[in-house]
Amino acid sequence: MSHLAYLLILVACLLGTMPLEAVLHVHVYAQWRRLAASVLPVAIVFTGWDLFSIRQGLWRYNSHYLVGATLPGRLPAEELCFFLVIPICAVLTFEAVLARRPDWKR
Amino acid sequence: MTYTWLAAAGVLVAALFDTVVLRTNLLLRKAFWTAYAIMTFFQLVTNGLLTGLPIVRYDETAIIGWRIVYAPVEDLLFGFALVLVTLSLWVRLGARAAQHEDR
Repeated sequence: MSHLAYLLILVACLLGTMPLEAVLHVHVYAQWRRLAASVLPVAIVFTGWDLFSIRQGLWRYNSHYLVGATLPGRLPAEELCFFLVIPICAVLTFEAVLARRPDWKR
Repeated sequence: MTYTWLAAAGVLVAALFDTVVLRTNLLLRKAFWTAYAIMTFFQLVTNGLLTGLPIVRYDETAIIGWRIVYAPVEDLLFGFALVLVTLSLWVRLGARAAQHEDR
């Protein structure tokens, strides 16, 4: 079970923000092209930062909490997912705030 | 303190991206700071798990050593840059879409 820890944290982030789309109707996933165009370039840049940090030894991952799928550069698959999941959560949160406070649009 | 400097530079680049490059000026908007405050709370929970278990371990010489719920303070800067750049792009792309609709 412990190998699923990092993955489960990411799943919890996605599930936790899901009501913002389903209940508040923020239409973030509905605008998937805009979402992808916002998230993917940022994910690429931050993955690059991550790869650099791993190579420089600034941080390292504990394989005990990882599923074990490792990408080139010793990057855990979960870490790549992190850079997709967290920005999506950020957009959902921002749009949820705007949905509750339409007067803050500008 | 390599991570410290990199994270601080990341915040600076993200701020320039928002104010000068894309001119989305999220840093001046209540909606951004409110969303960021909410995200910071949840970041402390998830980051606390990531660094408390620990799933990720830091080279102690790469960080300044200040920690909040196990997470090095640099992670907050890193997260801030990640969120700001993403939202800046999101808002810029949204404004462009709205412009196309007007035509």
